[in-house]
Amino acid sequence: MTELSRIWRETEYRYNLIGFKCKNCGNSYFPPRDICPTCHRESIGKMEKVKFSGNGEVLSYTIVHDAPPSFKRQVPYVLALIKLVEGPVITAQIVDCAPEDVDIGTKVHTVFRKIRQDGESGIIEYGYKFVIDS
Amino acid sequence: MLCIRNSEKCLLWVRVLSNEVYIIGAGETKFGELWNKSLRNLAVEAGLKAIEDAGIYSRDVDAIYGANSLAGVINQQENIGALIADFSGLSADGIPSLRIESSTASGGAALRDAYLSIKSGEYDVVVVGGVEKMTDIHGNDILEKSSSILDREWEAFFGATPAAMAALIARKYMHDFNVEKEALSMFSVNDHLNGSKNPDAQFRNKLTIQQAMNATAVADPLNMMDCSPLSDGAAALVLASESYTKKNNREGIRILSSAVAEDYLAVGSRKSIYTLNSTKLAVEKAFRKAQIKRSDISFMEVHDSFSIYGLLELEDLGFAEKGKAKDLVYDEIKLDGSIPVNPSGGLKAKGDPYGAVGVGQAVDAYKQLMGKAGDNQIKDAGYALIHNMAGTGSSSVIHILGE
Repeated sequence: MTELSRIWRETEYRYNLIGFKCKNCGNSYFPPRDICPTCHRESIGKMEKVKFSGNGEVLSYTIVHDAPPSFKRQVPYVLALIKLVEGPVITAQIVDCAPEDVDIGTKVHTVFRKIRQDGESGIIEYGYKFVIDS
Repeated sequence: MLCIRNSEKCLLWVRVLSNEVYIIGAGETKFGELWNKSLRNLAVEAGLKAIEDAGIYSRDVDAIYGANSLAGVINQQENIGALIADFSGLSADGIPSLRIESSTASGGAALRDAYLSIKSGEYDVVVVGGVEKMTDIHGNDILEKSSSILDREWEAFFGATPAAMAALIARKYMHDFNVEKEALSMFSVNDHLNGSKNPDAQFRNKLTIQQAMNATAVADPLNMMDCSPLSDGAAALVLASESYTKKNNREGIRILSSAVAEDYLAVGSRKSIYTLNSTKLAVEKAFRKAQIKRSDISFMEVHDSFSIYGLLELEDLGFAEKGKAKDLVYDEIKLDGSIPVNPSGGLKAKGDPYGAVGVGQAVDAYKQLMGKAGDNQIKDAGYALIHNMAGTGSSSVIHILGE
């Protein structure tokens, strides 16, 4: 069973969609990273937290039918690569819609949701999912 | 001899060390659901076959490089180097034995490290093994474990599986290049056709295009016939230096070149989600070092854990323009086509025991180049390219083999 700290330490980023921006080149990254892959050592000490808008569009999507046990109750679910307006591409579910409502290019935004739970007595893990813009 | 010159005259003659590396023996277990065989049974069986094939004794072995991807999470067994050496009966001899882990490219990575160890002059004879025991786990728990090859915290955490990530790549690729699903399915049809003639293959049934198109959905647009199976299996090679090979009158296949390159771990971080940049970079290095051309390659074994990767690999290995692999998958990749792909049956039909795959590809290439491939023998096979890939493309290891 997962120790709480492993989930807790990422909550700031997963709950608020916070990533990092390199002050050297201006590129934004999600998930968080300590070193900018463009600037390398020039970026040391220049990576600052940035909160993303949560708005983006579907770069690609799939409907998952065969899932690990902790996602079994959600099957079938839509998993997508979302390109945020700020640039980074995020892997996340799209919810509150029929799978056929999703297409490449569909505009979406984040919502805060339960992601899964670690068995009967384990931690309930939360984070971002996306819904289609109304 | 190499002449190092300045502008005027030859200053110095240096003897270039010829540490060519040969594969002098190969062996593998059958791939499949092998319920009566354990992780260690499989590793030892493949290793013994390779040693028998090479005609060497344990006293000849300088080191063992063992590839494995998931034993820690599936079998709760780490310390794989010691396990393999111990149950091969080599512990008392103190022969160094290391486990090499590079996800699903562990096999190729172990082959490369063994190659480098001989190339450097440190060793003369090295055994390379690869083993994976994937069916020792209940039901869909394997999907939780196999998703370890993704970014756990930012892909798998949100419900991604290896199949789902491949499906995301497939959808965008099909959309942007107007590729029909049938082109992807043809890759599986070719694998099964070839696998039907490989006695070590997990699946020996032929697949019709209708069966491949209409199988149960896994992660739309990919279905079960686009996905490699869960496999148990092991493969092993004996590598030897040129001096050992000649002194002991061994026959072997030369490793012309070995190359590896990396890409971002997560698909979303990459500039193009349907470009396998690690493959592109590694193959350029491999051809440059081998000093042969693409047209010299007689056949390839490529890492098609999902059918979409087979198409991307044809393109990123430089055998088709981006979006054009569909022109090769109907005829050209067949055994008698212009560029035969996966004569072994590939990952779809031969099987996909993660850490063993890359070593198994080399076993098949060795058999082909030695003229021992049986019903799948490619006529006058001269050079082989083998491509082993980690995760969703995070690493690619490429070897070019020849006579």
